[in-house]
Amino acid sequence: MKLDDILAALFPNGHDVAVADGLIAGKGSLAGVGDIHALGIAGQSPLGVDGALVLAGRVLEIVRTGDGAPILVLVDSSSQRMSRRDELLGLVEYLAHLAKALLLAESSGHRTIGLLYGGSAAGAFIATALATGTLVALPGAHPAVMDLPSMARVTKLSIDILKAKAEATPVFAPGLENLAQTGAIHAVWDAGRPLAQQLAALLAQPPGPDARDRLGAERGGRPKAVAIAEWVVRLASHG
Amino acid sequence: MNAPVAPDTRPLSWYEASARQRVAALADSGSFVEFIGPERRETSPHLAIFDLPEQFDDGMIVGRVTLDGRAVLVAAQEGRFMGGAFGEVHGAKLTGLLRAARALGRDVLILFDTGGVRLQEANAGELAIAEILRALVEARAAGVEVIGLIGGRAGCYGGGGLIAGSCSTLIISEQGRLGVSGPEVIETNEGVEEFDSRDRALVWRTMGGKHRYLIGGADAFVDDDAAAFRKAAIEAFDGGARFEFATLEAEQQRLERRLRRFGGARDATDIWAGLGVTEPAEVPGLATEEFLRRAADKRETADEAR
Repeated sequence: MKLDDILAALFPNGHDVAVADGLIAGKGSLAGVGDIHALGIAGQSPLGVDGALVLAGRVLEIVRTGDGAPILVLVDSSSQRMSRRDELLGLVEYLAHLAKALLLAESSGHRTIGLLYGGSAAGAFIATALATGTLVALPGAHPAVMDLPSMARVTKLSIDILKAKAEATPVFAPGLENLAQTGAIHAVWDAGRPLAQQLAALLAQPPGPDARDRLGAERGGRPKAVAIAEWVVRLASHG
Repeated sequence: MNAPVAPDTRPLSWYEASARQRVAALADSGSFVEFIGPERRETSPHLAIFDLPEQFDDGMIVGRVTLDGRAVLVAAQEGRFMGGAFGEVHGAKLTGLLRAARALGRDVLILFDTGGVRLQEANAGELAIAEILRALVEARAAGVEVIGLIGGRAGCYGGGGLIAGSCSTLIISEQGRLGVSGPEVIETNEGVEEFDSRDRALVWRTMGGKHRYLIGGADAFVDDDAAAFRKAAIEAFDGGARFEFATLEAEQQRLERRLRRFGGARDATDIWAGLGVTEPAEVPGLATEEFLRRAADKRETADEAR
């Protein structure tokens, strides 16, 4: 789905969400919920120091208003911007700052919902969609930590072998279904049903603690993470 | 309680040391208690798919120690196993540790040594980073201090860099490198004209400890010596670290200021000159004491803004 169509479907009552320099910003209104802030990345743009700072600034501005309205983070990005300039200026701090801002917004009473509607990868994915309280996706979204040709180079295995291995496990290969099985994606929305309804239904569910590891175990994509994390908590709490 | 005993004081290169050696040299003598140690053989369930050897601790050591008598939780990555990369088990240990830190109100030390996400379990590793970030921020919001130490062979890259960027305090050595995209990653994706990964001087100028310390990307700069890391870690716990709206507002201003001042810089030496560091071209060759002397009053700081 195209961003314009997605926004129209999410906010049938109207919105002022616009894209500039690959960044999404604006507000929409949802019946029964009220205002919803929208921000994010469009057009498969990479996320560098400049974009991360703009997005973080918007998140902090929203928190400052104290309106408590949900924040919808729409993502169709590539990875972090891979450049000498970005690293020189300390991209780690800019991406971490954005992730922290989203997490702070959530703890300040704003629901944060990620909507993955295109691609995303690596640092850009971690600092945006994966830093929201609930991440949903549209069919056709195509997240990838790394594409198979690059992975073939690094692992020194042929693409055919990698493809065969990907049949057996969702743990490494790109793709929405694989990522969903690890627990990263709460739900893949039905493009045939009104998106506004699906968003309203999601917002009607109370937010809970991070349950992605539990979800990954249930779906079979991450068999050990939840057990290991809980075991460490138990051991740390005794003695 | 017995008085804390400083560990063996013979010099130990942090860069050369293993994760276990680092923990032993950092903590009060004999105080380390490991959670899910190698005897439990909780290995990666995924590496066998690639016919790769497993390690019984999956390259992540977590536990509790005392540091100068203070009870803290500790995590250490083994850069010599899979480049210290985050896989499912490796990451889940740190997630659990940070969740425990929040529940117990106990401070945390993270000894980074990582190239980022482990590609053979990329989806699990990427998600582990996201879970760790959330657990870390929730712990900090509850008043826990999280101190990161960077000076290992693998540096601190990829998702590991984002975790480091979320710590309350960072301690780094000259050998420590901190970044998102590593030199080889930039070169592979964007070409050698963008970044020549074999130019070690360029790598250290752009991502190394001195540069990060000068621009406020790290808070303490130490020699490549375990005792120096220990001393800095003890001093880092000042009880003043907060994580609230004002913290991030201050960080926003700090990072905006950096872009305004240095967004057009071509090389680290331009930035160092802009900061007013005397003879910036000499910086890479300076010994620690002289470097700290020249950096004082010139470097950007991140106090209460990280």
